[in-house]
Amino acid sequence: MNTRQRPLSPHLSAYKFRITSTLSILHRLTGVALTAGTLLLVAWLIGAASGPEAYASVAGFAGSIVGRLMIAGWTYAFFYHLCNGIRHLFWDAGRGFEIEQATASGWLVVTVSSFATLAALAALYL
Amino acid sequence: MSLKSPLGKVLGLGSAKDGTEHWWSQRVSAVAMVPLTLWFAFSMLVMPDFGYATVHAWMAAPVNAVLLLLLIGTLLYHSKLGTQVVVEDYVHGFAKVATLILLKFAYAALAVAAVFSILRVSLGAV
Repeated sequence: MNTRQRPLSPHLSAYKFRITSTLSILHRLTGVALTAGTLLLVAWLIGAASGPEAYASVAGFAGSIVGRLMIAGWTYAFFYHLCNGIRHLFWDAGRGFEIEQATASGWLVVTVSSFATLAALAALYL
Repeated sequence: MSLKSPLGKVLGLGSAKDGTEHWWSQRVSAVAMVPLTLWFAFSMLVMPDFGYATVHAWMAAPVNAVLLLLLIGTLLYHSKLGTQVVVEDYVHGFAKVATLILLKFAYAALAVAAVFSILRVSLGAV
């Protein structure tokens, strides 16, 4: 059997920029980022169940500059993954497969998730 | 040494019998996460403050505890399905199997820790 090393996907440098492929990669990246964010969510729950001191250390991290920046990033990752996930569900139902439709829905996802992020962060921190 | 070709060895053995289960589970958990994550995001935005007493009282309320349990279970399941695909795409050979097993252990630990924490607070143990 031929076992020579074949090039494996993804061939990120072989293609021109396309909004559809960029958003596809971003969906995976935000999914992985949100998995990391889940660690803070679980730490927060454990903190609340472990008493005021343990909770204060989790809340202290979440309230720090680094923590707030991470929460801002996770907020965008959340709204992006949510909106683009719904876009994926429409594709799964067999709708929106035309190139123009996929491009339009892609920009709609970028727009809606950006505004939702700004609104949520403003409500949270302002 | 067998003279059978690699193709001949596997022909007729049948599939792994789980077909579209992974794909389908990821979609069903995604649908469930739409209302659950929106509820969680909304709850975070209307939380008066993130002090211990406020968060503890919020977690202890039965409706919140049940929704948190549903959220954390669905979230970790969906995340597990997603990271599994990412690992399968980019990690190969022994490292792939080792990473997948470690991920499984990590998800089990996170799920048990989160569920235990929610129940500990909501059942009034702390």
